[in-house]
Amino acid sequence: MADIETGLKGQVSRREVLKKGLVGAAGLTVLPTVLAACSSAASTPSATPTAAPTPTPGAATPTPAAGTPTPVALTGALHVGSNHSDPSEKKGMDAIDAAFQAATGLAVTLNTVDHNTFQDQINNYLNTTPDDVFTWFSGFRMRFFASKSLGTAIDDVWAGVKSNYTAGFTTAVTGDDGKVYGIPVDYYPWCVFYRKSVFSDKGYTVPSTWTDFIALCNKMKTDGLTPIAFADKDGWPAMGTFDILNLRINGYDFHVGLMTGKQKWTDPKVTAVFTQWKQLIPFYTAGFAGLTWQQACDTLVQKKSGMFLLGLFLTGEFDTADPSGAAKKDLDFFPFPFLGNQYDAEKSLDAPIDIWMMSAKSQNLQADLANAKAYLKFWAAGSTQVLMYKANNGFIPTASDADTTQYDVLTQKAVQIVSAAQKITQFLDRDTRPDFAGANGMQSFLLNFLSNPGQDLTKFQQSIQDFWDKLPAYTG
Amino acid sequence: MSAVAIPGQRVKANRRRLRLSRVGLHLFLSVLAFVFAWPMLYGVYLSLRPFSDIITNPAGPFSLPSTLTLDNYAYVIANSDMLRFFWNTAVITIPAVLLTLWISSMVAFAISKYSWKFNLIVLLIFTAGNLLPPQVIVIPLVKLYNAIPLFAPLSANGRLFDQFAGVILIHTTFQTGFCTFVLSNYMKTLPNELVEAAMIDGAGVFTIYSKVILPLCKPALAALAVLEFTWIYNDFFWALFLFVTGDKRPITAALNNLQGQYVTNMPQLAAISMLAAIPTIVIYLVLQRYFVRGLTLGAAKG
Amino acid sequence: MSKIDTEGLAPAPEVLSGAGLALPDKRHHHYSLLTARDKVLLTLMVGVPLFVFLVLIWGTTLVSVALSFTDWNGVDPIRWVGLDNYTYLLNGYPFFWEAVKNNLWYLLVFIGFATPMGILLAVLLDREIRGSWLYQSIFFTPVVLSLAVVGLIWQLQLSPSAGNGFIDSMLTGTGLVAPANAPDWFGNAGPLFGIGILPSQNMASVLLVASWRHIGYIMVLYLAGLKSVDPSLREAAAIDGANERQTFFHVVFPVMAPINVVIVVVTVIESLRAFDLVYIINHGKNGLELLSTLITNNALSEAQLIGFGSAIAVILLLVALVPIVAYLTRVMRTEE
Repeated sequence: MADIETGLKGQVSRREVLKKGLVGAAGLTVLPTVLAACSSAASTPSATPTAAPTPTPGAATPTPAAGTPTPVALTGALHVGSNHSDPSEKKGMDAIDAAFQAATGLAVTLNTVDHNTFQDQINNYLNTTPDDVFTWFSGFRMRFFASKSLGTAIDDVWAGVKSNYTAGFTTAVTGDDGKVYGIPVDYYPWCVFYRKSVFSDKGYTVPSTWTDFIALCNKMKTDGLTPIAFADKDGWPAMGTFDILNLRINGYDFHVGLMTGKQKWTDPKVTAVFTQWKQLIPFYTAGFAGLTWQQACDTLVQKKSGMFLLGLFLTGEFDTADPSGAAKKDLDFFPFPFLGNQYDAEKSLDAPIDIWMMSAKSQNLQADLANAKAYLKFWAAGSTQVLMYKANNGFIPTASDADTTQYDVLTQKAVQIVSAAQKITQFLDRDTRPDFAGANGMQSFLLNFLSNPGQDLTKFQQSIQDFWDKLPAYTG
Repeated sequence: MSAVAIPGQRVKANRRRLRLSRVGLHLFLSVLAFVFAWPMLYGVYLSLRPFSDIITNPAGPFSLPSTLTLDNYAYVIANSDMLRFFWNTAVITIPAVLLTLWISSMVAFAISKYSWKFNLIVLLIFTAGNLLPPQVIVIPLVKLYNAIPLFAPLSANGRLFDQFAGVILIHTTFQTGFCTFVLSNYMKTLPNELVEAAMIDGAGVFTIYSKVILPLCKPALAALAVLEFTWIYNDFFWALFLFVTGDKRPITAALNNLQGQYVTNMPQLAAISMLAAIPTIVIYLVLQRYFVRGLTLGAAKG
Repeated sequence: MSKIDTEGLAPAPEVLSGAGLALPDKRHHHYSLLTARDKVLLTLMVGVPLFVFLVLIWGTTLVSVALSFTDWNGVDPIRWVGLDNYTYLLNGYPFFWEAVKNNLWYLLVFIGFATPMGILLAVLLDREIRGSWLYQSIFFTPVVLSLAVVGLIWQLQLSPSAGNGFIDSMLTGTGLVAPANAPDWFGNAGPLFGIGILPSQNMASVLLVASWRHIGYIMVLYLAGLKSVDPSLREAAAIDGANERQTFFHVVFPVMAPINVVIVVVTVIESLRAFDLVYIINHGKNGLELLSTLITNNALSEAQLIGFGSAIAVILLLVALVPIVAYLTRVMRTEE
């Protein structure tokens, strides 16, 4: 774990990040290595030195040792907790569970809770009566719960499926204690989405610099479009904008340091982020604080807005809002514009990895253990992950043996963008402490800034830092 | 107070002024009634419109419908598990109401018909507890529920947490505070001679409770049943924090999830809201008399 | 309202019964006359529910108080931190004062607007007017709705036009207001009319919606009280030449003292308990902070700041104890 880490990040030693007692860096830099496998068709050279020597199984040749379904009949029960509540994702879960039953004869008991509630309740859930296995996120957010003994280490499962992943993934699912706690099943980049037809009709070109970006926003405004679709009723979407601005302005290392408490929120570098952000707010959707991202996405479907910075999962809303598929065919995206500084070369972005974990406190776990492991192993197969991908194109498979010929144009492009990135982050609420990122923590602070961007930033940043300082010590 | 109450006095002189003020009164009340009824009326209207009407119209929902249909209802019932959530509501609400009435009537009987040292203190403990904001106790309660073992079939996971039994228990406990208060006041109005006569006939405490007092409390019990049904049905808070299994949630807490899923399709969201509102509105309209009596019997309810 | 309060403190036997149930009969049956079996039975009848109630309600309350002096994440050993949580709450946490302000405005709007409005409607509908039953039914319907449903149906009205909310779609669709200027009813966290001491604009929307539900509640309570006022009092006042307003304020209102107290208690408690509405709208952030949602967001969400959340719970408890104790004092006087 440590060697990959060092290899990936070079100059930042993990120990430095650890000083505050909060393990943050590990797992942030993962995806470049992933791409060695995923983008074999795209022939993008891997972004990191460690990726090259990694054995990468060919996309079309699944390794039997890896994630292929075990043809062993299972008995008993298995309780599965899922946050896949959107209709398309539900279909994906049903397809996967049906395939699992076909392979093993075991019908799983599925507990679906909507995405936002699932996150809100994760503590209660894991501390009380969790299912045997559950959907979760890699990064600090996984390690936090692993360190609280709320997840069960699955090194034996990982040993069996490891060969189906590029090396960087091991870091993504390794806890502070060096044990593996998750199986990565999908990822998606955060980019700026737009409609090709709108750009060609109005003669817009994709902006690559900040100046171009602002000029385009102004032009869209005069053309009667909402330049940037934005929605933050749920509190977390704004974090994506903070992440990318901080990465562009201050670079990956500062961002990671800030997320893990090594850097201070009172730093003038953070002020620069908020100052830059102020330029974008006039271009946002009216009433964004009262809208969910799905509602903002619909303005893009209806061509009422020009651009939208969001994760690739937004394609799911395109499927819902325009079942004909025409709007989605017209969808394209570009990486967030560059600011012309030394960090441009990092080409960094948020590309969170979703994982499956095994709980620790499930009352059924002892009885269901073998089934739970079989299920996790099943999810490590490309063939399983592609079932979810087919139901919702926002989830790019992580397994090396995933059949990339199934990918649509958007996904192929997404794979390329991620592979071109030198530095990858997970997302603010996955890279920092959950008790810092919550509804009346960072979500509220960002909303507070957005509703009153003209406020005294020094005071504002101090209040964020005070909140951080108040949090109980993290004993990882 | 009005002219009707004072017949024969200055009637003629006042009649015109009075008629005018009556018109004004009705105008005021009608406008206000419309404002009050509008959100529900609009909810019904929107739920009957096809979504395509709204997205194709430049003014969105501020438009006339191309057609009115029940399709949205059919769709959400088929796709949202609403029937399961209604069933969960019934599984929680009905036992909770019955238990509340049974337990509180016993406590009320004991403290209103027999004098003990602690009558008043017991009443105060119940009443004050009933007025506490539930958020004050929810953190320890979650921990406590997870620590209390419970056997099958009352619990599927061996705990009180995430179980119907746990939610029924907290409703029963909280509402017992209120119902005890109301019923003890009601029972105090029943003549004590009834109890004395029964005692002389050799009736035991339980017989007096079940055969003498309880039948006389029927009006109060009926009123409380209607009221408690509505309150427990409408609970959002306990169901939200005492369940983690999505499929166990009652309809109100499930709305929190459904909102996220249907937020972009306002007509379907309206259909969901209307369905969730129907049971209490029907109960209210059919049993209005009991409902209002229940409220006024114990106006102390917070 | 202060006048009512003082009058409300005068002994009034029927205070608890609202609709004017008769006096409690003092001639209780003496416990000592009962058989041993009956004594056991009676003890169980009261003892078991009382025990459960004490544990689940008052026991947990005490635990909340204890936890407020800790810094606990729900898993690791509990660490005592003294008054740290309170110090940070009062001096550092910006959303605490926002929540206090919002709870205060909740109370002010209920006491100053919704409750008087409910009383006014009750007085108007107490006359023999045509359609009184229909008016009453319409005004009362919101009261039987779950606040979660109330939150949803009002979002159908007050979402931004991009979210197909009715009001904004009407304002922008008719060209009355430019889309960029349309009000963001539930989203705009800026202070109302730009005046800092006023609630945020979205809190003001929430207060209107909450009032929509509270008015009918108060109306029904008050109406029942009015029905129980002895008609001869009014007749006497009318004969003395008092007009309607004088009759109400000088005759009816004072004899309604018991119900007035109940209504004040109901209003205060309701405004402290407020939770569901803001939670369903946006979980209580961005201008909609309340003490109740701060508790659950900090202690029962992905964040498990149990000590910190408990400290907020204790503050809510202390505030709630004021009306509770005042009310119980009255109950005790009445009983004795």
